[in-house]
Amino acid sequence: MNDPMWFDNPAITQQMLPATIETLLMTAWSTGLAVLFGLPLGIWLFTTSKGGLTARPALYRVLSFIVDITRSIPFIILIIALIPFARFVVGSALGWQATVVSLTVGAIPFYARLVENSLREVSEGKVEAALMMGASNGQVVRQVYVPEAKPGLIGAATVTSVTLVSYTAMAGAVGGGGLGALAISYGYNRYQADTMIACIIVLVLIVTLIQFIGDRIARAVDHR
Amino acid sequence: MIELRGLRKVFGDTVALAEIDLSVPAGEIHGIVGRSGAGKSTLIRCLTGLDSPSSGTVSIDGADLTDRSGSGMREARRSIGMVFQHVNLLDSRTAVHNVAHPLQIAGVSKAERLAKAHELLEIVGLGDRADNYPAQLSGGQKQRVGIARALAAEPKVLLCDEPTSALDASTTDQILGLIRSLRDRLGITVLIITHEMSVIREICDSVTLLADGRVARTGTLAEVISEPGSTLAKDLVPLPPIGLDDTGPATDADAVGADGAGTDDAGTDDAGTSGVQIRLVEVALAGTSLPQVLTCAQSVGVSADAILAGAVETIEGRQVGRIRFTLASAAKSKELIAALEAEGIYAEEAA
Repeated sequence: MNDPMWFDNPAITQQMLPATIETLLMTAWSTGLAVLFGLPLGIWLFTTSKGGLTARPALYRVLSFIVDITRSIPFIILIIALIPFARFVVGSALGWQATVVSLTVGAIPFYARLVENSLREVSEGKVEAALMMGASNGQVVRQVYVPEAKPGLIGAATVTSVTLVSYTAMAGAVGGGGLGALAISYGYNRYQADTMIACIIVLVLIVTLIQFIGDRIARAVDHR
Repeated sequence: MIELRGLRKVFGDTVALAEIDLSVPAGEIHGIVGRSGAGKSTLIRCLTGLDSPSSGTVSIDGADLTDRSGSGMREARRSIGMVFQHVNLLDSRTAVHNVAHPLQIAGVSKAERLAKAHELLEIVGLGDRADNYPAQLSGGQKQRVGIARALAAEPKVLLCDEPTSALDASTTDQILGLIRSLRDRLGITVLIITHEMSVIREICDSVTLLADGRVARTGTLAEVISEPGSTLAKDLVPLPPIGLDDTGPATDADAVGADGAGTDDAGTDDAGTSGVQIRLVEVALAGTSLPQVLTCAQSVGVSADAILAGAVETIEGRQVGRIRFTLASAAKSKELIAALEAEGIYAEEAA
């Protein structure tokens, strides 16, 4: 075992930085897309639920069922199952772009459920007040539910993002790229403990940073 | 301005509102009182279209609210400004943006609605708190913002649902004063739903008592209070809580009489020694002045010392309220009641 260690190890000196960037890109893209699609889905879930603006119990049960199915499939299996879909969307089943597809599909229902719960926190009275002012359902959603739930929605996006960091690492096991791939191919398969430790440290730093930024933004928009 | 005709609301087998007829003329402050479960909340939900009545009509300024739906209903709701017990301001908006919200919903341009909102905040005395978030305001200030918001769309009717129930006494007085001054200034019609008799006494021109989903009594404040023997009058102008069971003399600041602890003692002694039951006589003051009642009482040999308690208010320049005499015998109480009734003053034996 005379492999070069730590700062002499090319796996760390040359591959660490691009892997970190890939992980950040995957996390950022999938978080962004999950929020983009998960927010409307969460609002839809909430408004069709019992006590929602346009309660439709049957539709709610169907939506809820789909969301729960997606959430209950272990992520590693979801990635493999989505390989054809990823290939269709980005033209390849490998690389971080393909991983973003699976990550997004996995994160949308996760975020949607958190959105639904955040919206439920908005007091009935505020909604009634807006309805009394003659607001339409769309106005109530845009002007009352979403702005009032904003700290919760941002908190939910933070939780989703942190979860996605760990998912990117899992995706590394099936050719997803990023720090996970580096940790598995060098740290695990080639017994490079230094690479493994370096990857863990960077992942911890990324998660800490996301949580810190998320908390700061949530606090900045919270006027309660 | 506000007209309810045969308003009825049934939930399953429960009749929440049974045939409510109510009419509030423009510019009047009308109070609706009733115990919880009397139908107050259901009434307000029907008035605002949050619930649709099972039958009957609600019309505001001649426009029927009951046959509307969707956008027609949203349009109609803008003619009603609503003040809530829990204010229901949006925490994510500053005071001025909360006040501007109804105008935003109505599609008024940003510059225009903010100008109007600033103007309204000035009117409610919060011009300097425009950029504060609700969390930075006191309960009374929040309710002022709530009132300014209710007025933003220039409604014809201000509906207040327990507007002061979450506020302390002095803040309540300020808010009620504000509502009254707004009525005087803008000529707006106000409907206040409350369980606080003090609110009714303080600012209402007329009042309706709801009981079991029906209008138990309705009329101007003076009418209702001076109505002999009415329980609403007794609730509106309550006697201080003293009776023969109390050992001490009345200390309530509102109480007129009971200065003689001796009277109390004498009465109790009488009852104790002769076995004669103490008689309480309640006299309703309705336009008759206190001296008139006293003169009448003296004519049958009942002195002011016999007054156990009294509660008198001046409403619309007339003294209204009740006085409770304590008398040693049934004969004496009959004599007093007869003498008072001869003068056209209502009196009854109290329990």
